[in-house]
Amino acid sequence: MATLGSTAVAPRSGDNATLAFDVERVRHDFPVLQQHVHGKPLVYLDSGASAQKPAAVLETMDEVYRSGYANVHRGAYYFSQHLTDRYEGVRATVARFLNAGSDQEIVFTRNVTEAINLVAHSYGSKLQPGDEVVISEMEHHANIVPWQLLRDRAGINLKVVPIADDGSFRLDAYEALLGPRTKLVAVTHTSNVLGTVTPMAEIIRLAHKAGARVLVDGAQAVVHGKVDLRALDADFYAFTGHKLYGPTAIGALYGKAELLKAMPPFLGGGDMIRSVSFAETTYADPPHRFEAGTPPIVEAIGLGAAIDYVTAVGQDAIAAHEAGLLAYATERLSQVEGLTIFGTAREKASIVSFALDGIHPHDIGTIIDREGVAIRVGHHCAQPLMERLGVPATARASMGLYNTRGEIDVLAEALEKVKDIFG
Amino acid sequence: MQDALRDLYQEVILDHGRHPRNHRHPPDANREGRGYNPLCGDQVTIYLETDAEGRIADVAFEGRGCAISIASASLMTEVLRGKTEAEARRLFRDFHRLCTEDGFAVEQAEAGDPDALERLQVLAGVREFPVRVKCATLAWHAMSSALDGGGQTTTE
Repeated sequence: MATLGSTAVAPRSGDNATLAFDVERVRHDFPVLQQHVHGKPLVYLDSGASAQKPAAVLETMDEVYRSGYANVHRGAYYFSQHLTDRYEGVRATVARFLNAGSDQEIVFTRNVTEAINLVAHSYGSKLQPGDEVVISEMEHHANIVPWQLLRDRAGINLKVVPIADDGSFRLDAYEALLGPRTKLVAVTHTSNVLGTVTPMAEIIRLAHKAGARVLVDGAQAVVHGKVDLRALDADFYAFTGHKLYGPTAIGALYGKAELLKAMPPFLGGGDMIRSVSFAETTYADPPHRFEAGTPPIVEAIGLGAAIDYVTAVGQDAIAAHEAGLLAYATERLSQVEGLTIFGTAREKASIVSFALDGIHPHDIGTIIDREGVAIRVGHHCAQPLMERLGVPATARASMGLYNTRGEIDVLAEALEKVKDIFG
Repeated sequence: MQDALRDLYQEVILDHGRHPRNHRHPPDANREGRGYNPLCGDQVTIYLETDAEGRIADVAFEGRGCAISIASASLMTEVLRGKTEAEARRLFRDFHRLCTEDGFAVEQAEAGDPDALERLQVLAGVREFPVRVKCATLAWHAMSSALDGGGQTTTE
């Protein structure tokens, strides 16, 4: 899965030069990976929750604060103009990263949650009672609750596409759910629990055929491979910086220009207006119409640095490295007696959810923490999916570009210790 | 560090986690409280049957959760039987201190029930694992909610 959503993407120049992926060199870029936990080297397998940051991101943000910080879009003075240029420049970086049509189609948000709420409020305000929004059974709460709020507000109906037992998206059931009242499809590109990569190009093609728009939750997807928005023909696409080795509190929503242009504001305030009087206020054009108040300026610039970092390492090289890790982890963990893996779809990102017979994930998490291993345990903000899997919680190892096979071995050995303790 | 783990996962805890006592729904229960840990989705329901004098005649629970939360619920049902409402609440306060205060000794307890606290002492290992205190106290919060008249309590 070097490329998500399209098979017709020309390799970018420079990718060949980065195919010699050296994980030890990459690890050297992440200061936190030198840390020890409980006297053991940190084995960080929770990048799906939030990824660690390379020095390039930390240094860029530090440099902005030290050498020329100011608010954006306001001052007539040098620093403000300079920082405005850098902040706005990241839109172009994001647009290139996702192959969007224009940097004016990139709206900065705090995270994917905010992006989805933005669409649910703003685009959702045009929906009529009885209109339908389609989501899937493997959505994160961030892509469930905003639609339930819209349902309560606007009387829309929410339809849920079931998943297959291996965790794959059921295109047949999806197609059957699409109808004349379907106005919006909001589906994840990669499941945060199962790792499933959904057949997004086909999901979008079918939605468009039915006259519906598509919002893609790309939080997990942009991390693991190239996303080509023009090839996908997505209407809205959301991702977040902190899972992409960037800072927290910065993400982006891509929206097709004509859609954003027709949408009312989400939050009101400074920066999103053209002119204000007590009688009437007119709003700025997108993307600024959707960015009320002082934005996360330094975080946005940090996101730009993270994208530059990932691009320099090479997305194809990262995808190949992670595909190797996933195969190894699947095989190695399958050898642990009593271990069940949830999610075995053919198209899968480097996320492995699992359970150990008779041992609650919370207990697994506590015990392997003492071995320095950090994984996520719990419902992963996907309680309906837990219900579908018939478990209250799972343990999840999610791997990023800096993880190694040796770390998977440490995890597997730590799981044997869990079993020892539980006899 | 492994000692801390062994302290946490003592044999008594593992046994109660695997084979919880009083894991049932008593037909004559007259009070009920639910506890929910949003962090992990664990939940327990505590059933109390209180008699005319306000003593706990029967106490049981249903639910799912980690070894710590289930063992704690199981042990709680064993120590609460025969207690008055006030005694149960005092015991909860003592138990909370047991789970959170380094050096808390049974003699410092306000409930004046050293036997019960001795039984609960096996859970003191959670002190070394602050995020697990919520697991250990989940059932107690639910019990307290049952005494307050029912409903759901969360560990948040």
